[in-house]
Amino acid sequence: MAEAAVKLVNITKRFGQVTANSNVSLEINKGEILALLGENGSGKTTLMNMLSSIYYPDEGQIIKKKKEVSISSPRIAYELGIGMVHQHFKLVDVLTATENIILGLEGKLNKKEAAGKIKEICDKYGFDINPDQKIYDMSVSQKQTVEIVKVLYRGANILILDEPTAVLTPQESEKLFNVMRNMKADGKALVIITHKMHEVESISDRVAILRKGEYVGSLMTKDTNASEMTDMMVGRSVSLNIARPKPVNPKPRIRVEGLTVKNIEGINKLTDVSFTANSGEILGIAGISGCGQKELLEAIAGLQPAESGSIKYINDVGEEEELLGKDPRKIEELGVALSFVPEDRLGMGLVGNMDLSDNMMLRSFRQGKTPFTERKSPHSLAEKVVDDLEVVTPSIETPVRRLSGGNVQKILVGREIAHAPTVLLTAYAVRGLDINSSYTIYDLINKQKEKGVAVIFVGEDLDVLLEISDKILVLCGGEVSGIVEAEKTDKNTIGLMMTKVMNENTDAKEE
Amino acid sequence: MFDIVAFIPRAIGQSVPLLFGCSGEIITEKSGNLNLGIPGVMYVGGISGVIGAFFYEQSCAGGDMNGFLAIMIPLLCSLTGSLIMGLIYCLLTVTLRANQNVTGLAMTTFGVGIGNFFGGSLIKLSGADVPSIALSRTSAYYSKALPFAANLGWFGKIFLSYGFLCYAAFLIAIVSAIILFKTRAGLHLRAVGENPGTADAAGINVSKYKYLATCIGCMIAGLGGLYYVMDYASGVWSNDAFGDRGWLAIALVIFSIWNPLIGIFASILFGGLYIVYLYIPTGMDYMEFKELYKMIPYVVTLFVLVLTSMRNKRENQPPASLGLSFFREER
Repeated sequence: MAEAAVKLVNITKRFGQVTANSNVSLEINKGEILALLGENGSGKTTLMNMLSSIYYPDEGQIIKKKKEVSISSPRIAYELGIGMVHQHFKLVDVLTATENIILGLEGKLNKKEAAGKIKEICDKYGFDINPDQKIYDMSVSQKQTVEIVKVLYRGANILILDEPTAVLTPQESEKLFNVMRNMKADGKALVIITHKMHEVESISDRVAILRKGEYVGSLMTKDTNASEMTDMMVGRSVSLNIARPKPVNPKPRIRVEGLTVKNIEGINKLTDVSFTANSGEILGIAGISGCGQKELLEAIAGLQPAESGSIKYINDVGEEEELLGKDPRKIEELGVALSFVPEDRLGMGLVGNMDLSDNMMLRSFRQGKTPFTERKSPHSLAEKVVDDLEVVTPSIETPVRRLSGGNVQKILVGREIAHAPTVLLTAYAVRGLDINSSYTIYDLINKQKEKGVAVIFVGEDLDVLLEISDKILVLCGGEVSGIVEAEKTDKNTIGLMMTKVMNENTDAKEE
Repeated sequence: MFDIVAFIPRAIGQSVPLLFGCSGEIITEKSGNLNLGIPGVMYVGGISGVIGAFFYEQSCAGGDMNGFLAIMIPLLCSLTGSLIMGLIYCLLTVTLRANQNVTGLAMTTFGVGIGNFFGGSLIKLSGADVPSIALSRTSAYYSKALPFAANLGWFGKIFLSYGFLCYAAFLIAIVSAIILFKTRAGLHLRAVGENPGTADAAGINVSKYKYLATCIGCMIAGLGGLYYVMDYASGVWSNDAFGDRGWLAIALVIFSIWNPLIGIFASILFGGLYIVYLYIPTGMDYMEFKELYKMIPYVVTLFVLVLTSMRNKRENQPPASLGLSFFREER
């Protein structure tokens, strides 16, 4: 039996009426990677926040080395060797990596010495950071590395990583996993919160499962499989298959020709992009993040001026209309809906301080006839989204920023889909969502497709893209490296196309 | 002719209240508190010193004044007055999380009102026939130059002819820069102003840093008011004489991109601009131009604000959480 690094006994935490954790007991062992699983809002982050002192438990004990401890401040957490890497990084942008890492420590300020120690840690576990680099110059994965080094620098031997891979590319995730294995070999206890089943299977030794704030049980990873874990999480059996109904009567809906978009610095973000999206079809877009996916969707939605090219909207009777240069509002009225889920989720589309129904109203406030806003229909729409997507919220009147990340996202995606579009542009719709909600969203997207909506689906997970899309357009550095039939291709081919442009592979799909 | 040797000491005299205000506000803003109450704090700093000096002068009306007490009493009164202002501001914005802009503006109105109220009362008490009080005996101690300054010609005049508060202003600016950028306390303070959530998670006591920075900042700014009365105005207090210097000090914070060292140059520049109209020869026929020249500092302020808003280097931006209250259990 492995030695327990820290034990949680009968922990309960309430926020007003909501019980986030009820009577949870959990052991975290040395030299073991524990995956903490649960749906969005099942209390995983809250539970871990009590170890890192962000919250204080209402009931229950935390036991370390057979003694009960009271983790009432971040300093005590560090002294106990507990470090947490939060989903939203806790870093000061204008400071360097070193300055961030030593922040809050006592003693004389000696950045050279600190940088030396940081280098030592990096060499030991295989990190790669430049101690003098400013945080705002760093990529997401570099920032995450700084966070982990910060925790190690303080001598943590219990590390908690809250959805570390949600913002990483597959390659970066693999790098992180290697580092995690090094830390495990060093005898550290690791907890990882993640929604990606294949990651759980590849990295963890043991899984602990929470459902609606309660501890369901734990399993050794090698004795279980994705569908058993999902069933435990959800509490009933869930099918992990994505349907792909045959497109019914597809007709060209959006035709993009020779689209070139430059960013502010004058660098091409999209170069000569051409494709056609058909009604009743899902066009998947694959590509390493930052390859022009955002610019492409924004150009179609009228938010991004284009250098050259054309974007034609074709209605049911075949009339064409140029979208480039049109007011975003006019484009919206044609039925083009954009749901882009940025890395920080709240950044686009929702207002954190407004409640659910007001956020629904952001899409519909222009529709009323009188000077007064019409509040009834957004309210019922909010209720419908909460129902359909099982959003965990105290009420419709709760400000969106108080909800957990996944729930915020369900509201955004739910609103855009409910907008009854003719073209649905969606990017990273399931970023950070638990597996059950993800499938609900795939389902909703499929329903839109059956209604004859042209769906453009930007995704990160190639497995999902291959299952849900009819066609997949692969972007590489802002160029189209090919459009392929999803059924006739595989992950490797697409992976290769993501890294280099292969013109001979281009399927001449555009009529 | 433009008399540079006469101009520079006057410009520096003008710049000192600005520099005190600017250093104080930089320290405050680095903690994420936007204290728009600085003009009021400087007023209170001035009047508190005046009250102390007035009663001390009264108590030794016939006899000699003790030089040490003549300096310390107004100084401590002034520091206490501005400290109280700082504590009120912190209580409202840090502990009770009131809106910083509104609180700051209220503090300014309040401070100016307090200044004029007590100023008016003292003028009544002193029974003077002009609407001002003259504390020339205290002022003599405050504006005493270094003894050998007079013997060194233009050098002495430009560099050594000031009272001790003037040197203190420059010293405080330099020391604050060192603390802000070279020490751990400074690093923590900057972290609090940039991202209090992060600072909190790193084990830094956010409220403590905000309180300390704001109160120390207020005390420094209050010295600007004291200097203005005791040294620059030769101990003469009259209501509203302090003018817009407090607002100019806040504008200087932006001009000096939150760096007290740049604040030194910025305040000398603005001190000069403030009085340059007196030194531009216009001749008797064009006296109205003088009125136009008086606009110079304000016009330059406008330009500077436009220019600074166009700079986009991340380090030169205001602290990221400036003006925002910090709630711990908030996402």
